[in-house]
Amino acid sequence: MHNQDQALIFELSTPGRIGYSLPEMDVPELDLEGLLPEGYLRSEEPGLPEVSELDIMRHYTALSRRNHGVDSGFYPLGSCTMKYNPKINENVARFNGFAHVHPLQDESSVQGALELLYDLQEHLIEITGMDEVTLQPAAGAHGEWTGLMMIRAYHEANGDLKRTKVIVPDSAHGTNPASATVAGLETITVKSNENGLVDLDDLRRVVGEDTAALMLTNPNTLGLFEENIVEMAEIVHAAGGKLYYDGANLNAVLSKARPGDMGFDVVHLNLHKTFTGPHGGGGPGSGPVGVKADLIPFLPKPVITKRGEEFVFDYDRPQSIGRVKPYYGNFGINVRAYTYIRSMGPDGLKAVTEYAVLNANYMMRRLAEYYDLPFDKHCKHEFVLSGRRQKKLGVRTLDIAKRLLDFGYHPPTIYFPLNVEECIMIEPTETESKETLDSFVDIMIQIAKEAEENPEIVQEAPHTTVVGRMDEATAARKPILKYQKA
Amino acid sequence: MKHRYLPMTEADKKAMLETIGVNSVDELFSDIPEKVRFKGEYNIKAAKSETSLMKELFQIASRNADLKTNVSFLGAGVYDHYMPVIVDHVISRSEFYTAYTPYQPEISQGELQAIFEFQTMICELTGMDVANSSMYDGGTALAEAAMLSAGHTKRKKILVSSAVHPESKEVLKTYAKGQYIEVIEVPVNNGITDIEALKGLANEEIAAVIVQYPNFFGRIEPLKELEEIVHANKSLFVVSSNPLSLGVLTPPGKFGADIVIGDAQPFGIPTAFGGPHCGYFAVTNKLMRKVPGRLVGQTTDDQGRRGFVLTLQAREQHIRRDKATSNICSNQALNALAASVAMTALGKKGVREIAAANLQKAHYAKNAFKAAGIEVVYEGHSFNEFVVKLNTPVKEINQALLQKGIIGGYDLGRDYPELANHMLIAVTEQRSKEEIDTLVKEVGDLHA
Repeated sequence: MHNQDQALIFELSTPGRIGYSLPEMDVPELDLEGLLPEGYLRSEEPGLPEVSELDIMRHYTALSRRNHGVDSGFYPLGSCTMKYNPKINENVARFNGFAHVHPLQDESSVQGALELLYDLQEHLIEITGMDEVTLQPAAGAHGEWTGLMMIRAYHEANGDLKRTKVIVPDSAHGTNPASATVAGLETITVKSNENGLVDLDDLRRVVGEDTAALMLTNPNTLGLFEENIVEMAEIVHAAGGKLYYDGANLNAVLSKARPGDMGFDVVHLNLHKTFTGPHGGGGPGSGPVGVKADLIPFLPKPVITKRGEEFVFDYDRPQSIGRVKPYYGNFGINVRAYTYIRSMGPDGLKAVTEYAVLNANYMMRRLAEYYDLPFDKHCKHEFVLSGRRQKKLGVRTLDIAKRLLDFGYHPPTIYFPLNVEECIMIEPTETESKETLDSFVDIMIQIAKEAEENPEIVQEAPHTTVVGRMDEATAARKPILKYQKA
Repeated sequence: MKHRYLPMTEADKKAMLETIGVNSVDELFSDIPEKVRFKGEYNIKAAKSETSLMKELFQIASRNADLKTNVSFLGAGVYDHYMPVIVDHVISRSEFYTAYTPYQPEISQGELQAIFEFQTMICELTGMDVANSSMYDGGTALAEAAMLSAGHTKRKKILVSSAVHPESKEVLKTYAKGQYIEVIEVPVNNGITDIEALKGLANEEIAAVIVQYPNFFGRIEPLKELEEIVHANKSLFVVSSNPLSLGVLTPPGKFGADIVIGDAQPFGIPTAFGGPHCGYFAVTNKLMRKVPGRLVGQTTDDQGRRGFVLTLQAREQHIRRDKATSNICSNQALNALAASVAMTALGKKGVREIAAANLQKAHYAKNAFKAAGIEVVYEGHSFNEFVVKLNTPVKEINQALLQKGIIGGYDLGRDYPELANHMLIAVTEQRSKEEIDTLVKEVGDLHA
C-alpha cells in the first residue's frame, strides 16, 4: 500500500473529458422536450465526474492498493470464513450463458441455469441433511428472516398463534435477534454456562408454549461445539418449538455433523463463507435455506423443481410465505458455490473441515501461553482468546488488532462474542499454509511481548498504514456522507 | 487427499498434531456426540479437475439462450445496457472482491472511498440528500422503504401503485406480513397510477405511497400531482426509480420524494439470471438516521488526514440487535463498485446521452409498431419500454422469435389478467435500427 492521499473521483474531474463509448445513434433524433411530459425533462446535470478511461483505471487501481483482501494476505477474521476465493469460480460465473441470461426468459430457454440451480439444491440437501432447499435469499441475514417467516407460517397454519418468541443464546450474532424482530417475533436470550455452551437449565426455563424457535450456531461463536445438542433439540421439540441452524459456522462440521441429523428443522447457509463466493467488500452473498419436510409447503415461491426431463418453476404453492426476493436469488454467487462444491467433491469437503479445525487448534495451542484462553478445550474452526492480561498492562484488544496491521495482517474479529472480555476471535480457514499460521502466531507473540516491554508501540499502532486511527466520533456526530464541492 | 486449495502436507499435519497434543484429527471432533456424528462422506458428485469441470459447466451454460448470442427486447426491471469494458477489470481486482466488509478502516480505505463515491453519485442522480452503501436489489429496497415508513410514521398501511414491478410488490407483501402491515394496491388508468383512485385511498392512516418512475409499463408517473396527494396526509412519498432513466428525467428528489429506491443494475451489472444486482436506497436528511444498511462517512485520522469509515452504526443490527428495524448485514458492495465504475465512465455527459438514446430508440420502435398496424396501448410518453397488444399469446410469439435469435418482450398477462396478449417491449441504446426493424417485421408476421 502506498502513502499518498487518493483524490476523490469528483476532484479529478475536468469538463470536456469523457470515459465512454456508446452505440451508434442510428434512428432519427427528435427534440427531447417532445418525448417527455412538460416539466419532466431533467434541467440540471447530475454532478458525475468527467474523466478519461485511463483516469478511471488509475483511480480505482490506486483505491485497490489501499485495500486488503484475502489475496493480499492472511485474513483470520473469526466467524467470517475468509478462505481463498478460487479463480475458476470467477471464470465460470462470467460465461455468457450464466452472466448474460435474463431472469424473465421462457423456462425452455434457461434449462442450463435451472439444471445448475436444481443440482446445487440437491448438493446442499445432502450436505445439510435437510429435505428441501430454496436458493432465493440474498445473504445470511436474509436467509435467517426467510427461515423465521416460514417457522411463523408453520405455527400459524397449525393455529398455534401464541408462538411468538425466538430463543437466542447470548453469544449469538446481532443479525439473529434483528431477523426475529423483522419477522414479527420477539427475542428472549438464553444464557451460556461457564463452559461457553448453552445452559440447559436456563433453556428449560425459557422454553414454553410461546416458543416459536431456538436459533443456534453450532459450533457457536466461541468456536465450541454445542455438545448437548441432542438434549437441546429434545427440549425445544418437546415444547413444540422449531430448531433453527445459523450456518455461519458450517465450515467446522462438513462431513462431521449435519444440521438435519442434529435435529434442526431449518438451516441457512452463507455460500459466501463456507462455499467461497467472494465477500466482495461486503457482498453480494447468498443465503439458501434448507428445511425439513413439514416446512416444505411454506418455502418462498417459486420453487425450482423437475418435471420429467424438464426443469421448471413451481408457483402453485398456496401456503408459501411468498417471494423474498425478485427472481431466484443471487444466481452468480450460486454458480460460484456450485463450481466450488464440484471442485472439491465429497473427499475434498471432508478435508476442508479437517484442516480448518486442525489449523484453529494448532494456533490456539501455540498462543495459549501468551494470551488468556477462556475455554480450554478443543475448538472447532475458530477460537477465542481474551486480551484481559494485556488490558492490565494498558494495552487493549483494539490496540493489538491495530498493531497487527503493521505486519500486513487483517486482524481477527474483536469484541465479539459479547460474553468474553476483550475478545479476540481467530478463524484461520483450511486454505492457509503452516508457514502462514506460524508467522502470524509469531507476530501475536511479539505483540504480547511488546505489551509488556513497550506498550506505546502497540497503543499507537498502526504505524505503517495509509491512514491512522480514524476519528469515528466526529464522523457520527457530524456526518459527511457524500462529496460536496468545496 | 491432495487438492490445490489445501496446502497442508502430511509432515505439516504430523507436526501440528504433536503441538496440539493429540494423535489424530479425529480426536479434535470427539465433542460431537456419537448419535449425531456423520460417518463417511457425502453422497455428492465426485470432484472434477479444473479442465473437465470448466468444460462441463461451459456446456451447461451453453444450454441457456444468452443476450450476447441473441438480440433482446426483454426488460421489465432488468436491462441489457452498455457495460463499459473497464467495469469488469476494476471489479476483478482481488483487493476489492476478496475483502470483507471494511471494518478496519486503516486497510480498507479503497473500498470505503469507493462506497463514499457511490453514495454521492446516487444522491446526484436521484436528487436526494443521503444514500446508503447498497441493498440486495430494487425489490427488497422497496420493501425496506415501506418498513422504514411504517416505523417512522407509526402507521400500519402502505399504498402501492399497481404499476410497480409485480415481483417487488410480492416481496413487499412478504415483508409486510412480517411486520403486520397492510398493503393496498392503487389501480392504474391508461398505464399510470390512477390519481382519482389514489385520492380515494389516501388518508392519515397511510404510512407511505409507493410508485415507480418510469413505471412497470415504461410510463412516466406524474410525480408532481402524486406528491401533493401523498403529503397532504403526511404520508411518506416513496419512488422506485431506474437510475439510468434519471439521466433525462427530472429526479424524484425535485418532486419532493422522501425515499428513492431502485436497482443500479442498468449501470454495468450483468443480468445474471436475476442476481446479484444492486439495490440502492436514498432519503432526505430528515430520515438519515433511519436508513437501513451501511453508510460510509468522511472523517480524519489522528494526523488530520482525510479518510473514510463506516458510520452511524447505532442504526444497525449488530448494535441494536432486537431493536433493529432492518436486519441487513451483507449487501451488494462489489456490485455497487461496478455501478460506480459505470457511472464514472458515463459521467455527467454520458449519463444524459445514454438515457436520451434509450428514449429516442424506444420512441422510434413505438412508431415502427404503430406503422406496422400493431396497437401500442396507453397514449402518451414512456421511457425505454412500451406495451403492444397482440392477437396471439405472447409465449407463442416469443418461442417463434427465439428461433430467429430474438428474445421477445415480457408477457404482461402473467401478472395482469386483463393484459393477456400484451407484450412489454424494452428498447435500450444497445439495439440498432436494423434490429428494431427486424423485431417489428417478425412480430408483424406472427401477429397477422
